[in-house]
Amino acid sequence: MDFKTFLIYLLVTAGTTYFVRVVPMLLVKKEIKNKFILSFLYYMPYAVLSVMTIPAIFTATNFVASAIVGFAVAVFFALKNKSLTTVAIASCLGVLATELIITYLL
Amino acid sequence: MQRSAYKQGVKDGIPICLGYLSVSFAFGIFCIEQGLTVLEALLISMTCVTSAGQLAAVPIIGQGGSLIELAMAQVIINLRYSLMSISLSQKLDETFNARRRCAISFMVTDEIFGVASSQDGKPPKEYFYGLMITPWFGWAAGTLLGAAAGNILPSVVITALAVAIYGMFVAIVVPPARDNKNVLYCVLLAIALSCIFAFVPFLKGVQSGFVIIICSVVASAIFAYLKPIEEGRG
Repeated sequence: MDFKTFLIYLLVTAGTTYFVRVVPMLLVKKEIKNKFILSFLYYMPYAVLSVMTIPAIFTATNFVASAIVGFAVAVFFALKNKSLTTVAIASCLGVLATELIITYLL
Repeated sequence: MQRSAYKQGVKDGIPICLGYLSVSFAFGIFCIEQGLTVLEALLISMTCVTSAGQLAAVPIIGQGGSLIELAMAQVIINLRYSLMSISLSQKLDETFNARRRCAISFMVTDEIFGVASSQDGKPPKEYFYGLMITPWFGWAAGTLLGAAAGNILPSVVITALAVAIYGMFVAIVVPPARDNKNVLYCVLLAIALSCIFAFVPFLKGVQSGFVIIICSVVASAIFAYLKPIEEGRG
């Protein structure tokens, strides 16, 4: 494919993606007062993040066991109110250690 | 310019950046496999910043597929960003004019949405800028590295980095779920729905963008109806 054709594809991909992001941001300017919508928007982020994490995290690594360790480590540190960075890095280290143990020691 | 808000944003963006590095690294490798050049892979990541959307777009681009198919796939997969933009619009203070709204819309991603919406009240605009800048660089840099030098890092390190984003999600969801029973039950319902889509045979084929929308909308709507939040909360 020549570069010009690629740019047309790029424009469509980036354009549609930006469109779905920017339209609501420009249209919803007032503070929402409706109690149902407010409650919905309050719960939604937690629901979205949970849906994206489970079950996907358990297939993100080479072994389910290392993913379980990574997840458990993350929950443990999150319960202790550790920062996002700390929880994320601890979770990665948990996965790394488990993967190395499974690959080289077991 | 509020330096402290900007710095706090940058700090909160670091785990997102780490997670993006690994995901976009894999994306860079994928682009080369699909016949794209390093420059093309980089341009896609710099202008789109959507993991699932880009993964769907690259095979269509690589095969020279239809532009309508491409546009429809992007809208369906990325429709959840519309919900997130509506939610984030409530987090913006009065300094956000149309131009600034257009600017930050570019970086409405799952992770940035998650972190921004977990902030109390309305963070200053500098916080949003700080929060968005490092992940953008991470997303672009990871793609470039993956496309240009996909097999330099040992695979076990890439695997470990892949859970950074999930670890961050856990860090956002767990504390409020521990402190608020309604959030906990809403999260558990959303997870149950998500598992149904992942494991029930004829539902497995549903687009991941749709699954995220359906599960989170159903769970949030049920709890918004049964357990509306108190005034002044959220």
